[in-house]
Amino acid sequence: MSKFDVSRRGVLRTGAMAGAGVALPTIFTASSAAAFTNEPTGSSVTLGFNVPQTGPYADEGADELRAYELAVEHLNGGGDGGMMNTFSSKALQGNGILGKKVEYVTGDTQTKSDAARASAKSMIEKDGAVMITGGSSSGVAIAVQGLCQEAGVIFMAGLTHSNDTTGKDKKANGFRHFFNGYMSAAALAPVLKNLYGTDRVAYHLTADYTWGWTQEESIAAATEALGWQTVNKVRTPLAATDFSSYIAPVLNSGADVLVLNHYGGNMVNSLTNAVQFGLRDKVVNGKNFEIVVPLYSRLMAKGAGENVKGIHGSTNWHWTLQDEGSKAFVKSFGTKYGFPPSQAAHTCYVQTLLYADAVERAGSFNPCAVVEALEGYEFDGLGNGPTLYRAEDHQCFKDVLVVRGKENPTSEFDLLEVVEVTPRAQVEYAPDHPMFAGGNLGACNPGA
Amino acid sequence: MDAILLQILNGLDKGSAYALIALGLTLIFGTLGVVNFAHGALFMIGAFCAVTLQRLLNLSYEVVDETQTDFLGNPLKVKTPYVEAWFGPEFGGAIIDWAVPLAILFAIPIMIGVGYVMERGLIKHFYKRPHADQILVTFGLAIVLQEVVKYFYGANPIQTPAPDALNGVVNLGAAIGMDIVYPVWRVVYFFFAVVIIGGIFSFLQFTTFGMVVRAGMADRETVGLLGINIDRRFTIMFGIAAAVAGLAGVMYTPINSPNYHMGMDFLVLSFVVVVVGGMGSLPGAVLAGFLLGILESFASMNEIKSLIPGIDQIIIYLVAIIILLTRPRGLMGRKGVMED
Amino acid sequence: MFGLNKKDTSLLIIVACLTMFAPFILNPFPTDSGLAQFNAGYPDLMQRFVIFGIFAIGFNILFGLTGYLSFGHAAFLGVGSYSAVWMFKLIGMNVIPAIVLSVIVAGLFALLIGFISLRRSGIYFSILTLAFAQMSFNLAYSVLTPITNGETGLQLTLEDPRILGVSATADGSIPVTNLFGLEMRSTFEMAVGPWAFQFNAGYYLCAFIMLAAFYLSIRIFRSPFGMMLRAVKSNQQRMNYTGLNTRPYTLAAFVISGMYAGLAGGLMASMDPLAGAERMQWTASGEVVLMTILGGAGTLIGPVLGAGFIKYFENIFSKINDNVLHSWFSFMPDGMEDAVVFLIHPFIGKGWHLTLGILFMLVVIFLPGGLVEGGQRIKGWIQGRRAKDSSTAKETNPAE
Repeated sequence: MSKFDVSRRGVLRTGAMAGAGVALPTIFTASSAAAFTNEPTGSSVTLGFNVPQTGPYADEGADELRAYELAVEHLNGGGDGGMMNTFSSKALQGNGILGKKVEYVTGDTQTKSDAARASAKSMIEKDGAVMITGGSSSGVAIAVQGLCQEAGVIFMAGLTHSNDTTGKDKKANGFRHFFNGYMSAAALAPVLKNLYGTDRVAYHLTADYTWGWTQEESIAAATEALGWQTVNKVRTPLAATDFSSYIAPVLNSGADVLVLNHYGGNMVNSLTNAVQFGLRDKVVNGKNFEIVVPLYSRLMAKGAGENVKGIHGSTNWHWTLQDEGSKAFVKSFGTKYGFPPSQAAHTCYVQTLLYADAVERAGSFNPCAVVEALEGYEFDGLGNGPTLYRAEDHQCFKDVLVVRGKENPTSEFDLLEVVEVTPRAQVEYAPDHPMFAGGNLGACNPGA
Repeated sequence: MDAILLQILNGLDKGSAYALIALGLTLIFGTLGVVNFAHGALFMIGAFCAVTLQRLLNLSYEVVDETQTDFLGNPLKVKTPYVEAWFGPEFGGAIIDWAVPLAILFAIPIMIGVGYVMERGLIKHFYKRPHADQILVTFGLAIVLQEVVKYFYGANPIQTPAPDALNGVVNLGAAIGMDIVYPVWRVVYFFFAVVIIGGIFSFLQFTTFGMVVRAGMADRETVGLLGINIDRRFTIMFGIAAAVAGLAGVMYTPINSPNYHMGMDFLVLSFVVVVVGGMGSLPGAVLAGFLLGILESFASMNEIKSLIPGIDQIIIYLVAIIILLTRPRGLMGRKGVMED
Repeated sequence: MFGLNKKDTSLLIIVACLTMFAPFILNPFPTDSGLAQFNAGYPDLMQRFVIFGIFAIGFNILFGLTGYLSFGHAAFLGVGSYSAVWMFKLIGMNVIPAIVLSVIVAGLFALLIGFISLRRSGIYFSILTLAFAQMSFNLAYSVLTPITNGETGLQLTLEDPRILGVSATADGSIPVTNLFGLEMRSTFEMAVGPWAFQFNAGYYLCAFIMLAAFYLSIRIFRSPFGMMLRAVKSNQQRMNYTGLNTRPYTLAAFVISGMYAGLAGGLMASMDPLAGAERMQWTASGEVVLMTILGGAGTLIGPVLGAGFIKYFENIFSKINDNVLHSWFSFMPDGMEDAVVFLIHPFIGKGWHLTLGILFMLVVIFLPGGLVEGGQRIKGWIQGRRAKDSSTAKETNPAE
């Protein structure tokens, strides 16, 4: 495990009055020696891992942190190298990034935009982080992405599924590897058609905030294109814990599919409640009643236990995948921690490698050079098949997994099984797709 | 019509949880005059008693099975719970299946103990301090308790299912020719709450102990002058209030998987319930609990949401404001309690 | 000086010195030492210290003087932030109009809520304010998203009109907040030996405003109006019997403290143009109550200390991870190092809530008058027994 030290500051100091905090002081432009914010001048480079450590997503945050620590270990040449061996780019040598040893600082987002920004700011201003990554909700991802754009550092988003992150709130300095609501819908729709037919009536329960809305919009559009009807879309308060009063009306609505646009604790509770009310055993319009959870998380699915069995949804990655990259990652993660990684851990690990690789290829930590190296970059071997970082919106395009709650799990981790790997071509969309319109990437900002 | 009946049922069910928590809260306030912000944490600890018992019953020994492999390719360790080994898979399995109801027996002594220690160890020293200090110290305690639970059990919800026999649905409307399908466990929860509430009321009403406590609530000093050790009785009442909150938590686990911050989710709400019912009034707390539960359920109906968007987000607070402005002592509160 | 008595003047001067030299005081450890982790002298945290100081000073005017415990004060801070960000979106990036508007809007909002809530007192008042704040939070998160941008929080975009400014700068980024051209984020770094001190324009703006706010609060505390508010606290009934209507006084105090909260919100948005709904949640309201009581309610300096204490924990302790611990204790033998790290582990990083909770309890149990009382006890202890008798008797009852 790498030891932490803050010597980077000491080196920065040699630039005398040059090293500015967030931005270059306007009054001291002339004396500036740094080319961009937090330019690493010593023998090490600091990355900022900003994950939820308190609050409802703390366990997901903890898993992300494990993945980051693993990635740092691999970048510095420790461990078995994990996915660095299967990565299509061979720029990374296991000697840090550009020969500089990778060090890191951690912070707590509390899953609140304010706290996440405060924590990210302290990493940038105090610890001299040159890249911020992490997060487990779209609100936080968008807030921190905005901050990084202003401050002139790179943001590699963690788990964020809202269309807006690379849609109307996209930023030049921000990159997302995780998939989004539109992709979930595009991947799920053909599977749902095969399973449940084209003559279905859907009822949506949606968490009443931005992410829920974009997912609801995406799923409704995709299923309506199959010929399904949407009978109702009901918004549920984020703070709701007991969904009984929202589930009860579903019984008599004439719907035969319930779509739960919930995540985390909301998902666990609404799914548990729906199963309690016997929805799974009902027959409506001569068909078995079905429940769909468009965004699955294995960590959270555990909280719903038996109730996930046979329920379909989508996920960014799952540890049972049998490609070389996934196997290598599961092996090094499992050996180190004793259990398989979650999809959040996977995306965070991959984002760290991608950043390091982009710096290595660009030959510079300068955010603008990194942006250039990542835009339109095609790679493979990181667990999702051939992947493209699209230049227009900084969204990764890759295969999407459709999964189902497993009927006979063999272990406590074995909750989901992959039903179908929807190929990338099916989930692609135009950058100016109406669900993503309205944003502006802007220009990359190197800060100072 | 079916829809309205269903929502009334939902409301009664939600209301049972509110009423049980608020009952303990108002009991503590009425007896000891303490505003206990850690009461939500007691509810949470109760729920984790169920989780703990479930874990204890599932304690297993491992046998390495060479024919199967785990995710890393190593031989799989097959786990068998000790309980099943001792009592046979049939009976042992049934014990594990009934973990949540069994946790009631497990939780009562634990919760009374927790309540006793809390009162003697901490809250006792705060009787003479201002309400603000009581709030602060119990709030601090609530944070500590929930962080300790988080340290041992993690932040994610933990599934604690009801026994299979009580997992299905029941048609409550069959007798009157209607189709009202409702989960069995929720019906159980409602009746459980009714029994507990009835128990507390009859305990206070029909026993000598209860009579003394009621007298103490009305006039502590006089009762003390009569040579009765009222403090000791109040401490016991604190333990009972903790047990009520804990049992509410135990039985709630199959409805929603418990997590470490479930207490905070209920805290604000239960305070609103207590105030709406009237500070220190036991019947008020129960009435307000059920009333707010039902109103909340109605507000989440689509017909009402389309009339007033967002009403389900604010209904509880709106009702609280209206009640406090029109009837400041709450539905059944005594005049002058906590008004200054 | 400034119409203050000698004691208050010296207090004001002490606070002024502390805030002006904060970049030095908060950075006691050389940047490359292991203890640099505890340095708090970077712009964002210093700004938070003074902004939450303003918030707590304002809250103390209501709670410390009148005894009315508002559990919904965060709503005013939130409203202030939203109005400030809207000013940045519509008018331009100068902070003055934004701050002025946020104070006004928060004041109006406080007038409305105060008018209704002050019809009740005691815990009923607390629940009323809590209910209003929770309603604001829930609606801002969901139904009011067109105004508040919901979960994501209200942010600036490149498409904002900004009538008196530019939508985007020449190099295609969003313009930054400024005070007549002086950018709030501009920082001057000074290296002295192994230390690096950061002087940030935004921080100094906040610090000056906090000093003004602090001065105003001293004046309010010492004014006849302040006396009237204290009288309300000690016995409102008697005031009413003398034929005096106390409502206008309490309402004025409520609105003033709401405006302080709005000012804090406006400054937060000026330092970092984002306004999120969580700022209005009941936990945020609870936080300012904790700050005030922890520091010492009813004292002048207490709330500022409390604010600093809590924000320090939130930002410094949450960032300590096992790696850092290992580097601190690396001088120990291996087994012992691991044991020490294992023991401390639950209290740092993700366990910072636990540490904070324990410290709350300790302070409340042993220092009923908050940190100020702690300071006085230390002072009394240093001055010896003679001075202790008179000073504790006189000064240790500020909490009530």
